[in-house]
Amino acid sequence: MNNAELITLISERFSDAVLGSHDYRGDATVMVRRESLVEVARALKDEPELSMNYLMDLTAVDYSTFGEVGAPAFFASSGVSIRPSSVIPDEDPWPGPPLETRYALVCHFFSTAQKHRLRLVVPIEEDEPEVDTLSELWPGANWLEREAWDMFGIRFKGHPDLRRLLMYEEFEGHPLRKDYQVDERQPLIGPVN
Amino acid sequence: MQQEASFLTSKLEEAIGWARKYSIFQYPFVTACCGMEYMAAACSHYDVDRFGAGFPRFSPRQADVLFVVGTISHKMAPVLERIYEQMAEPKWVVAFGVCTCTGGFYDNYATVQGIDTILPVDVYIPGCPPRPEIVLDGLMKLQDKIQEQHSTGVRPAPEERPEDLAV
Repeated sequence: MNNAELITLISERFSDAVLGSHDYRGDATVMVRRESLVEVARALKDEPELSMNYLMDLTAVDYSTFGEVGAPAFFASSGVSIRPSSVIPDEDPWPGPPLETRYALVCHFFSTAQKHRLRLVVPIEEDEPEVDTLSELWPGANWLEREAWDMFGIRFKGHPDLRRLLMYEEFEGHPLRKDYQVDERQPLIGPVN
Repeated sequence: MQQEASFLTSKLEEAIGWARKYSIFQYPFVTACCGMEYMAAACSHYDVDRFGAGFPRFSPRQADVLFVVGTISHKMAPVLERIYEQMAEPKWVVAFGVCTCTGGFYDNYATVQGIDTILPVDVYIPGCPPRPEIVLDGLMKLQDKIQEQHSTGVRPAPEERPEDLAV
């Protein structure tokens, strides 16, 4: 199934849940409501024509400082071009992040049988960063969700063991949130530097 | 290791120092990409066995020199300290690669800004990664320090950090 067919199928099947879609740079993306994540994901996994048996990645984004100056200067000084390529088709461009919500959960699925990929984006509000777990559908989501909790503080309802994955238990806060100060240090031993 | 020893004991101490510097049992504490460079320097092409350091011991209780190779995170720091404490005296520490020397470009929430903030370091080998030549140079510096410690009876003081890298 190609990207356009995938997007059409999911948008029609879950017309209440889908908030938007695009096919930017050949990556099919569907944005779904937070409440419908598990329902859509279950269909992605179980429907024979979809059969997304592989959860490639699950992570999150904090858009709270999106668009602020800073990052492009870094790229410019390092000599890396950030201009869009004219070679890759761009017929269905990226509409930009869901700016009305602070976080977004991003899941990448792949079907080893059908050889197609899909990215699900779930906008998550700042005051209630919680979403249902996918670890019952894909056991591999267990650690990915622990990492997302550790780095972004997004809770996963129904997760069997939601502990920090990378940082230590004594660590306070979530370091990839944009409001975690870049020079804040919490060493277990030794000086704070 | 008395400073005002008799002729015989001072010569004996020097001989022990000579023996020690050519029989370094190292403990490679390898955490990151510098490990590849460590292996390249340790294997036959550059051959640290020429300096008597070709025998890594993977138990800190059997090792003389702690080679800290690669980035040390705050989560790993207590483990490293414990490894160091398990080593028997006399013992030395080598910081291999810029991450262990200063934290390198990992100036972030996760990384120890130089292992000398938690351990006494005898030799710093900077570089990202250090070339085998500078590793051998560092090893020879360590040998000089070991010899000096036995010849004079005084352990050479660890090198001070430059002011702009002070912690």
